[in-house]
Amino acid sequence: MSKNIGVYIYTGDGIKEAVDIDKLIEVATSEMSASVAKADDNLYSPAGIEMVKKDVETEGLNAVVIAGVSPRYEFDGFKFDGVYVEKVGMRELVVWSHKIADDDENADTKKEHVQELAEDYIRMAVTRAQKAEMPVPDKMENPSDRILVIGGGITGMTAAIEAAEAGYKAMIVEREAQLGGFAAKLRKQVPLGPDYSSLAPRVADELISKVNSNPNIEVKLATEIARIANVPGEYRVSLKDAGTKSEWDAPVPLTDEEKLDENGNELSAEDQKKKYDEKNEGRQEYTEVDPNAEVFGAVVVASGWKPYVPQEGEFERLSWGNPNVVTNVQFEELAKNGKIVRPSDGKEVKSVAFIQSPGGKDDDADFPYASHVTNLVSLKQAKYVREDYPEDGKAYIFYQHMRTPGQYEYFYKGLQDDAGIYLTKGAVTEVKDNGQGGLNVSVENTLLGDSISVDVDMVVLATGMVPTTRDEAVVNLAYRQGPAFKELELFGGYCDSNFICFPYETRRTGIYAAGGVHRSMTIEEAIEDAAGAALKAIQCLKAASEGHAVHPRTWDHDYPDFYFQRCTQCKRCTEECPFGALDDDEKGTPKPNPTRCRRCGTCMGACPERIIGFKDYNIDVIGSMIKAIEVPDDDEDKLRMVVFACENDAYPCLDMAAAKGYWWSPLVRVIPVRCLGSVNVAWIKDAMSSGMDGALLLGCRFGDDYQCHFVKGSELANRRMENVAETLNSLGMEPERVKLAQVAIDEYDKVPEIINNFVDEVMAMGPNPFKGW
Amino acid sequence: MSDKILVIGGGFAGLTAACEAAEMGYDVAIVEREDYLGGRVAQLNKYFPKLCPPTCGLEINFKRVRTNPKITFYTRSQVESVSGGAGDYTVKVKVNPKFTTPQCMNCKPGEEAATTEMPNSFNFGMDTRKGIYLPHPMAYPNQCVMDASVAQSDEGKTIAEAMPDGHVDLSQASETIDLNVGAIIVATGWDPYDATKMDNLCFGRYENIITNMMMERMASPSGPTEGKILRPSDNEPPKTIGFVQCAGSRDENHLSYCSYICCMATLKQITYVREQYPDAQVYVFYIDIRSPGRKYENFYSKVKADDKVKFIKGKVAEVQEGSSNNIVLVAEDTIGGGKVQQEVELAVLATGMQPTGAKVQIPGIQYDADGFVIPQEGIIPCGCAKRPIDVVSSAQSATAAALKAVQTIVRRAG
Repeated sequence: MSKNIGVYIYTGDGIKEAVDIDKLIEVATSEMSASVAKADDNLYSPAGIEMVKKDVETEGLNAVVIAGVSPRYEFDGFKFDGVYVEKVGMRELVVWSHKIADDDENADTKKEHVQELAEDYIRMAVTRAQKAEMPVPDKMENPSDRILVIGGGITGMTAAIEAAEAGYKAMIVEREAQLGGFAAKLRKQVPLGPDYSSLAPRVADELISKVNSNPNIEVKLATEIARIANVPGEYRVSLKDAGTKSEWDAPVPLTDEEKLDENGNELSAEDQKKKYDEKNEGRQEYTEVDPNAEVFGAVVVASGWKPYVPQEGEFERLSWGNPNVVTNVQFEELAKNGKIVRPSDGKEVKSVAFIQSPGGKDDDADFPYASHVTNLVSLKQAKYVREDYPEDGKAYIFYQHMRTPGQYEYFYKGLQDDAGIYLTKGAVTEVKDNGQGGLNVSVENTLLGDSISVDVDMVVLATGMVPTTRDEAVVNLAYRQGPAFKELELFGGYCDSNFICFPYETRRTGIYAAGGVHRSMTIEEAIEDAAGAALKAIQCLKAASEGHAVHPRTWDHDYPDFYFQRCTQCKRCTEECPFGALDDDEKGTPKPNPTRCRRCGTCMGACPERIIGFKDYNIDVIGSMIKAIEVPDDDEDKLRMVVFACENDAYPCLDMAAAKGYWWSPLVRVIPVRCLGSVNVAWIKDAMSSGMDGALLLGCRFGDDYQCHFVKGSELANRRMENVAETLNSLGMEPERVKLAQVAIDEYDKVPEIINNFVDEVMAMGPNPFKGW
Repeated sequence: MSDKILVIGGGFAGLTAACEAAEMGYDVAIVEREDYLGGRVAQLNKYFPKLCPPTCGLEINFKRVRTNPKITFYTRSQVESVSGGAGDYTVKVKVNPKFTTPQCMNCKPGEEAATTEMPNSFNFGMDTRKGIYLPHPMAYPNQCVMDASVAQSDEGKTIAEAMPDGHVDLSQASETIDLNVGAIIVATGWDPYDATKMDNLCFGRYENIITNMMMERMASPSGPTEGKILRPSDNEPPKTIGFVQCAGSRDENHLSYCSYICCMATLKQITYVREQYPDAQVYVFYIDIRSPGRKYENFYSKVKADDKVKFIKGKVAEVQEGSSNNIVLVAEDTIGGGKVQQEVELAVLATGMQPTGAKVQIPGIQYDADGFVIPQEGIIPCGCAKRPIDVVSSAQSATAAALKAVQTIVRRAG
């Protein structure tokens, strides 16, 4: 569709002093065929906005370009129904980042460069406005308003109650025969809030009755998830009796190793299929639909934790294996059953040592998967000893670092007043049988004196809480990429994908983690976390019905479109999607699932056939912007390079660099991209074939502490650039003409240098040999 | 009755709560005392344990605010009182003038025309700013603001004349508006505990003692030293640095609770120091290193493995000035025994978090003895207004609060 475009150029903030505005208008109208082009000192004033609005109405504009301040700063005056608005940050990308000193002897040449830069940004913006289409949301009809909660412990019960109280239905699926999880198996618990001075009764009992009396909550006990199929908004979930096999168990794809033969060569597709079928014998294909499946809109994973159980021979120094040396969970069981007695002989337990740190003098770390929770539990259990034997019971807590953060400090303080509880820092060097049925504990470097040795009836190891997601798929997704969350080993098995700012982002849209699978947390913390996850699950249902993305592109009403006729079934998109959004058919043709998609465009970047795109962001839109850049073909001083900048980090970084007055080469043209993962090699080819001399990709850090909000974007781009390098090589071009640099949002002091060094390197290589062809 | 949600405080917790509630389809208003959204997090250089810049997550949240018409916000504003009950509150908000308009998007002429230099509170007074200024380089909104004292002076007129038409408005006056809301999320956050209150630690008396929050600004590229960690007395790189843990926290005379984040913040700041100065020696005086959980324990292990970092279990009891403006930290070594005296070129006090409610309380909201907000139906605290927590827990707490606010409205609507 041909567009009727208006171009509006802001001339304030030094813009008109730096560039020839009349020429820009000329470029917009004569060259780029905009219907209207105007310049205004007060474009952002109410009068300026009114002017544009009037033009939209009287001229029938269906696309508007606002060339002025960075699109990141603009306030929301320029919004017109059905009109595509493209904003380009002339002030930052052209004027502030390319200041010319008054006394500069090359001022004229430099001005020429800046003018060309400004004109190119007008060309690029008008081209984008010309090519981009307005998104039409894909709204799911009647998404389910039910939320599946996996796990019936404190977290799961809370999530279900919270969702129900917000007006949604929930079903709890619990593997055990009763609700409550570990929290129901406690004698007492750490208090849930002020007052922290003493132990609190179990909150689980109260939650169980709340769940049972809520008409909007269904409970399936002794039940497990066989598979979760389909998409957010309409998950089809097959349930089965706990501990049984089902034909609907989610199939597991071959691992990379399994795809190889004994010599390390990749098996043929046929052999792989055979191996896959063997591995998944008795299971329905992941694409098959279970007619008896229950339908849900979203999922909360609250499958919790399991106790870290030391192996035989582990913690030998601590006499693990002696019946009187138990874990904190085992001790809790004893305490729950009544008065604490010694496992070996049933004798009264008058003294117990609680050990927090197994490393002796060599290492002050707590047990694996320990946390403040394990410290708090020891404090609580020490109190049990005192409850059972108030006259002469003794509890020793040996720790390297007592971790009672926040107001839990009050709980710790409350215990310090109990004369029967001995708390000391120290390295536990040995626990041994004392020959009298009890144990002897040696501790060095204590606060009570250099080293001490005490005889106790029992020893409790404050072992940690292992997230269930470490060893099990839990969600059992019938997805092409397999049943489990991806790469949780980066997070020690905890269900996470972006620790810190956005804790509910998982790598599977519609599935939100809370409680022990999220982090080691107290009951108080898990209750809060459960409410958060319930909210995210509800939002996901809303997003499905309104046809927009979920975090982090919530406002995005577009979704990727595939031109299947040209698909070669190469499987790159299905394999590279960080969110497992794409399934496929038997031939390997991808099946998009819009409600699983986060709109990062990684599939678009991956596709060698260039058949994936969005309405306002696709191969043609960006490719055309690149081609709109004017490339002088006979001027060695006017080389041209394109910079693809991640719009969340690298682009704001450039804005700040500009505002701070940093200068970068006027030879580069910046194009913001959703994620480097969306950068298709075609764009690099477009740039090189239109005579540009280089391309630089600026994206987020990758690796274990990756900063990419789409997980793998910059890392994937980096891998693809290796292929680009080969292509350039084969064309006789220097592979260094295309480069990827990692830049964090706050590195505005470094980004100009990154650009300038790149420009210098390309200048040294000289012009693109194919320039002007 | 109202189905609008008010979020008091636009820091990380408030922003999160506001975005989450708005993305549930509710109208949300944020009231923020500062000139920008982002709160304390905006002042941090890096987050522990990922060592990633906080502005990255803020940028995404700002985009959520910008693109969501359901969110409105008032900066340089305070909630004066809350009355009514769940489902139907009347909130008085004092909106103070900035003397500029949204048309000003970090335009430079005002700042260039301004002459008076004043302490820059964003950088804890370690440098100065003009009477009209952008609060910080990543500030959102990206609008210059003017000091009231300057706006009412002749300098204000000079600034106004230098600025483009429509960007400045010296006639603005503060006004009090009434907001009718159904639920209130209190995300008023925290202030660093006032280090001058700890007499024995001599902050403010000796130049080379800074706080951990000052360290964040120093290490930040946008800070007063453009990211260089320097001794305030002579702007020289320090060769020895001492971190004083529990400066105020876990102390009956100051903050009785543990501030949770200061141990991790110190471990993080050690990485700043060690990256800039490979030869610098670091001493940490502590009671317990509170790095709970797998991620934090791993981070501690990494820092501990550095042989230039020495951990001394003992609380600093006394501080003296040594030669060349050095600082002598005196502590009792609870393991090695005896008194430890360690001279350092720069001392960093790991001051704790004090909820803003310890100093300023909003009538109609309930607080505990420490100043933390007590939840009521319809008034939902989150983040550090509720308890001292790290950013990830704040985000969780804020998301949960958004749901509680929504429930309040759903319940009242029947």
